[in-house]
Amino acid sequence: MAWQFNSNRPIYQQIVDEIEMRILNGTYEMGMRLPSVRDLAVMAAVNPNTMQRALAELEEMGLVTTQRNTGRTVTTDETSVSRARDSKADLLVETFMMQMKALGLSRKEVLDRLAKGEPKEGEHAVNS
Amino acid sequence: MQSILEVRALSKRYGSTLALNNVDLTLPKGKIIGLLGPNGSGKTTLLKIVAGLLTPTNGIVLVDNQPVGEGTKALISYLPERTYLPDWMTVDDCLDYFADFYADFDMARAREMLTRLNVPANKRMKQLSKGTREKMQLVLVMSRRAKLYLLDEPIGGVDPATRDYILDTIIGNYDNEATILISTHLIADVEKVLDEFLFLKEGVITMHDTTDNVRETQGKSLDELFREVFRC
Repeated sequence: MAWQFNSNRPIYQQIVDEIEMRILNGTYEMGMRLPSVRDLAVMAAVNPNTMQRALAELEEMGLVTTQRNTGRTVTTDETSVSRARDSKADLLVETFMMQMKALGLSRKEVLDRLAKGEPKEGEHAVNS
Repeated sequence: MQSILEVRALSKRYGSTLALNNVDLTLPKGKIIGLLGPNGSGKTTLLKIVAGLLTPTNGIVLVDNQPVGEGTKALISYLPERTYLPDWMTVDDCLDYFADFYADFDMARAREMLTRLNVPANKRMKQLSKGTREKMQLVLVMSRRAKLYLLDEPIGGVDPATRDYILDTIIGNYDNEATILISTHLIADVEKVLDEFLFLKEGVITMHDTTDNVRETQGKSLDELFREVFRC
């Protein structure tokens, strides 16, 4: 199944996001060897040069490292991963707050809502 | 960066029709490039001139620094817009035919791809569906170790699943040194695999850029840009 891309951002950036997400959520485990550029390109149905560019960017971010013999692996450096997770989380919160603001909710109303929405202990979710 | 194709002041006239009008073009090595334009914009004419099948009215074409001729034909693997394999030939016959013609033909690779496609080696061309014949032709063309691939509408007549297979074949089978020039008007299907694109309009190249750059600077896909530029 080819990966889905939207039309308004460069594809390599969207690949960076996708692989970053897979690393952050553990689909690609730390220290795991990544498939070759060509295999990844075929999996995502994109140009190998585009995949190459995305991987170079991920290396720059410290999420992927290249070894001479084993190819590319997911980093084993916890700091890089937690830094990436933090900045991703910040970005998502910022986007969320902007949408809430557009909806006309104040910061306090949003926080109240979040507190109310969290499942209490012993319960699964709000409405179950 | 070294170029694989240099085109200077190229024109082609058919009677009173100017099919290509003073085209200048440089293509780098190791890229997949889309040749995009509406019907009748000159795409096939340009590919045929580079392949050495048509003589230009004016201008210069260099492939890997050589003028188009016998030497450059060995460097180019060309997929015409329609298949030319004779009806009576079997799949095996076609493989032998290509192996005889081209020193750079990789038989093992061709067989492997055909097996994946479930094309039986003893079937004749007339027994294959139109789509399967087109796939067969593409397998033959992509099994050469060429420096420049010219693919004229490789996905025109096939269903979306086959399109994906064909694009997979293209991505999976070219080496980093080779350049692929793909003509098509099905832009949404190919833009994910393109490094660069050319817009050809009434025989003139109106735009030559990278796909990423269009998204970065204009925030839109190639498909959207094409629809704007070529609005009827």
